[in-house]
Amino acid sequence: MNVSPSIASADEASKAPETSNVAGIDVGGTYTDLVLYDAQAKTVRLAKTPTTLDNQAFGVLKALEIAEADLSALDLIVHGTTTTTNAVLERTLCKTGLITTEGFRDILELGRRTRPHAYGMKGEFRPVIPRDLRLEVPERLYADGTVYKGLDEDAFRAALKELLDKGCEALVIHFLHSYANPAHELRAGEIAAEIWPNENITLGHSLLSESREFERGVTAAINASVQPLLRRYVERLADQLAEKGYRHDVLVMNGNGGMVSARRVAIEAAKTVMSGPASGVMAAAYTGRRANIPNLLTYDMGGTSTDVALIRNAEPAVSNEIEIEYAMPIHVPMVDVRTVGAGGGSIARITEAGLLQVGPESAGSTPGPICYGRGGEAPTISDANLLLGRMNPEKLNSVSSTVSLADIEAIFAEKLGKPLGVGAKEAAAAVLRIANTRMADAVRMVSVSLGEDPRDYALFAFGGAGPLHATAIARELGVPRVLVPSRPGITNALGCVVADLRHDFVNTVNKPLAELDIEVVHTLFDQQQAEGRGLIAKENVKIEELREIWSVDMQFIGQTHLLRVPLPGPRPTLDELQSLFEQAYFNRFHVELPEIKASLVNVNCSVIGRRSEIDLSLLIDPAGRKEKLEEALTGSRQVWFDGPVETPIYWRDHLPLSAEIHGPAIVEQMDTTIVIDPGDKAVQDADGNIIIELGVGA
Amino acid sequence: MTIDPITLSVIQSGLQQVCDEMDLSFSRAAFSPVIAEANDRSDGIYSAVDGSLISQGAGGLPVFVGTMQYSTRTLIEMIRDGRVAAPEPGDIYIVNDPYLGGTHLMDVRFAMPFYRDGEIFCWLSNTGHWPDTGGAVPGGFSASATSVEQEGLRLPPVRLFKQGRMDNEIYSIICSNIRVAEQRIGDVKAQAAALLVGAERLGRILDRYGDDVVREAISELRQRAADQMRANVRLIPNGTYRSTAYVDSDGVVNEPLEIKLAITAKDGELTFDFAGSSAPCRGPMNSVLATTMSSVYLAMRHIFPDVPISAGAFEPLTVIRPEGTFLDAQYPRPVSGCAAEVSQRIAEAVFAALVEALPDRVTAAPAGSSGNFALGGYDPSHKRGFVMYQISGGGYGGNSDHDGLSNGCSTIGISKAPPVEIMEQQFPVLYHRYALREGSGGAGRHRGGFGLDYEIELLRGYATASFVMDHGRFGPQGALGGKDGKPNSVTVWQDGKAIVPEHLSKAQDIPLHPGDRVRVGTPGGGGYGKPEDRDPALVAEDVRLGRYTAEEARDLFGAAQSDMQKASA
Repeated sequence: MNVSPSIASADEASKAPETSNVAGIDVGGTYTDLVLYDAQAKTVRLAKTPTTLDNQAFGVLKALEIAEADLSALDLIVHGTTTTTNAVLERTLCKTGLITTEGFRDILELGRRTRPHAYGMKGEFRPVIPRDLRLEVPERLYADGTVYKGLDEDAFRAALKELLDKGCEALVIHFLHSYANPAHELRAGEIAAEIWPNENITLGHSLLSESREFERGVTAAINASVQPLLRRYVERLADQLAEKGYRHDVLVMNGNGGMVSARRVAIEAAKTVMSGPASGVMAAAYTGRRANIPNLLTYDMGGTSTDVALIRNAEPAVSNEIEIEYAMPIHVPMVDVRTVGAGGGSIARITEAGLLQVGPESAGSTPGPICYGRGGEAPTISDANLLLGRMNPEKLNSVSSTVSLADIEAIFAEKLGKPLGVGAKEAAAAVLRIANTRMADAVRMVSVSLGEDPRDYALFAFGGAGPLHATAIARELGVPRVLVPSRPGITNALGCVVADLRHDFVNTVNKPLAELDIEVVHTLFDQQQAEGRGLIAKENVKIEELREIWSVDMQFIGQTHLLRVPLPGPRPTLDELQSLFEQAYFNRFHVELPEIKASLVNVNCSVIGRRSEIDLSLLIDPAGRKEKLEEALTGSRQVWFDGPVETPIYWRDHLPLSAEIHGPAIVEQMDTTIVIDPGDKAVQDADGNIIIELGVGA
Repeated sequence: MTIDPITLSVIQSGLQQVCDEMDLSFSRAAFSPVIAEANDRSDGIYSAVDGSLISQGAGGLPVFVGTMQYSTRTLIEMIRDGRVAAPEPGDIYIVNDPYLGGTHLMDVRFAMPFYRDGEIFCWLSNTGHWPDTGGAVPGGFSASATSVEQEGLRLPPVRLFKQGRMDNEIYSIICSNIRVAEQRIGDVKAQAAALLVGAERLGRILDRYGDDVVREAISELRQRAADQMRANVRLIPNGTYRSTAYVDSDGVVNEPLEIKLAITAKDGELTFDFAGSSAPCRGPMNSVLATTMSSVYLAMRHIFPDVPISAGAFEPLTVIRPEGTFLDAQYPRPVSGCAAEVSQRIAEAVFAALVEALPDRVTAAPAGSSGNFALGGYDPSHKRGFVMYQISGGGYGGNSDHDGLSNGCSTIGISKAPPVEIMEQQFPVLYHRYALREGSGGAGRHRGGFGLDYEIELLRGYATASFVMDHGRFGPQGALGGKDGKPNSVTVWQDGKAIVPEHLSKAQDIPLHPGDRVRVGTPGGGGYGKPEDRDPALVAEDVRLGRYTAEEARDLFGAAQSDMQKASA
């Protein structure tokens, strides 16, 4: 069903300064990317520079310098950072202490009794906070929030002191059933505020007021243990930017695809984990909406990972249950981005059964694929693309002087061709075929798990390697068309430029419809809307439009899974809830259950402040475009489709806006290579997106 | 016709995908948390000729590795012999009879013939663990049942769906014999819908590649899986490897049941001989043949996780039928404990036999119990009866790479345990602790993981407590010089008096009143390698973190007392 947003006057934010001169900066694992958008001058400038891991701010400043940005003229800087992501994945966390209910200090270590892999009895787990920094105090609530045992304040003070003596910088207070009654956590927070020497205090219920002590506890523990890092980082960055003349707030991307002020982002630091992938998906949603292709599966393939997300009616699917690695749940609303593969570095090998397998092992970035010339000797997807001419072999010369195409060919012939009884190129083609099948399967599972048929979607290809594989994967999936945006390699930075202000709210009701007072739902929606609008007004960013998205999470009584049901507005009746749920349930599972009653679990509202429209056609300099398609031709080379085919090569930046290209063809650009299969037809739209309609051939 | 290996790989992943989508569809639509949350279900594709496994969903509960090929084979034979009505398109059979290639009664199978051009091309089948199938106790795990009739309703293969429509007469018989029947319709529809999803996807693969190509690919893949398993098994030097594992008791007669296993490796083939194992028992710790075989397969898959699950992978593994033992139970022996507990002891016997031959792949024994604790009673404040299940994990075995995982899931499962907060919302109990069981990990160069230590108080009303656990008599075995993990422990406080169940890990219907408590310590994993070879810094670290006391470190690892006192200070 359609979600029609309520559109409000944007009075609250109209006094905010104009934001016509915007910088979006995304710090990724390898590169820091910048998009500098000037609405008045109608220009876009781009920059790419290696990420500086020790202090990401250097890379950020460097990118601004490369783009020759005049910081005093910038109205807005929006920043996506991997500071918190890296800290969690590499466990370079701040020393953090936990004070919890007596008898429960091991919750963070015990988890939900699982193992990392279904098969294989090995595997390890390291809790976010080590055991000696997890202390207990007498205090206990019943499940309904009433008090079983009061908080022992003296014991709590003593625990605070112990953690300080042990050198803790951040604190988590996590009590059982605090979602039902936060009184003990709030009182403990007051005491801590008197004693704890800094602001780095996280109360368990504050980010996530839902039952499930492990998930809530880990979310709070991650928040606390990245909070000081993020705080230091954004403060230093803001200072440095101010020194260079920037006069406004820095905004930071959140994992929900919205942005928040750097002044407040550290309070809910856990929300910035996954912000990079989220901003890429936001850019895709934005691009798709403008291109009138609002239903997209995003396919982001880079050197070391492949991420997939689903966008329905220009709204990315959001999940409250993301696990960023084994037993590391962060249960706050975030764009539902799933990592489905190892990217271009995936290794191909022959199994003991004599079958060709691609992944899950990866060459990573070191040694990386053979073509990196860093000593890698295992054939990878990237090497196969080079060998087959899909990627420009001249690129090899620029990355590596130690490896030649002949070297790669020899390895493919030896390791794959010989056992399969084919030549090196046939083996490379097989690697791509297997890889594309597996990737398509993975994309399909993401789509199906969200209840959607991939054939109803278009594939949005980005990342350095996404457009190399997109048509093949789309064909596997039965997806009719592929959208390749202007700058697939800097999509995350573009996400920062187009991002909305956004606040998500979830309140738990948990009542059968038969017992539900619908007024309660209406009141909650009103509160959520008021709170969200209040927060957006505080951001001091000019917005064009305020809107809300309303939904409820429902289930049949007795069921544990929730189904999100979008609502047309904040005043549903009970009958509407019942029928919308039944309809959504049938669409998803093809099962009708008139026998069983429905129950409403959560009431959700997202309040979104949309900024002024960005002209995406500027991402490729209009002045550089040629009149005719032939003028964009840079040559031709042999590219392997079902065999070698002499294929024209085009330079993306030179394509006329109305270009129409019939496959086979290759389009090259600074940040990616696009493969158009024989039989496919590609056209460019007004924003400069290439839209490939899949033919029946190939 | 020969198929090129690339097409073969593509068809292989296509078939896998069909099963994965069935798994996903089943779990997402199911009502019962056992299926929806704990994924206690499995889906697969089976041969039309003999029911042998073609492909199975990767997310299926490990205990079901290969089981449905036995129930499908039996069904095909019964149809052939005229003992079961022959199918028509759109029919779906339901069966849960353990002796017809099953596990226990709660695992209910659906099987659907998949037609191409009027002929059965293959079977699609799935299993879901129903929360109840009738019988003496809610949930079906009666620790003291002495015949299968006490365990619940036994269904022979009958067509629950005929030409696409459910037979409401059969369904009403089922519903009249099980508890909380009104919610089962959701699971039944989910289970059938999953098969329909599979049929639709499989049809598309056949349309694309052609029936003959796929049929040929299936047979070629089977051959190759067998080759792959053989290549793996060749890592085991020829010879005979022996082990023994114990089930505490059968719940009725308080004596240990012995699993004696001799594995003979010869040129890439393994023979599993359980001769000399205990005779069939009176209580529910018997295993039906299909479960015994699956337990062996499951253990081998833990050792060689890369071999795809198909009948071919099992070809090099011969299990000699353990006739006359409790591992080949016949009607009417009670079998409720076979899937959850006996299966794990069988897997443990396989690990213990092979750890010396494969020291880099096999771990010391894991806790190996599902830790079933059921509390049934009446909650006066909600004015209703309740049945609560607390499943729990335990320590995993140390291994060549690292210490064992703490509070890991059962060897045969992959499900999560419920949160304390959810349990307290739903049932009249209060947990006083839910903690790492200190000192429980078996000592070794790489020690075992730690078990769980929890304590529950009944707040109101009345209730009875039942336990189906194991490893109470002997802890999980250490390997290569490592020590055993701590055994399971159960203590019940009635009116302040501590009671230890006679069968240690099994008991039924112990009455509780408000204020009474139950405390359970789950087993620690076995240690790997000699304790004295453990890095002293790691021993000190464990003491510093309170996982062992200084005294335990001294006694178990031979650590110097002065170092340990420093560490614990």
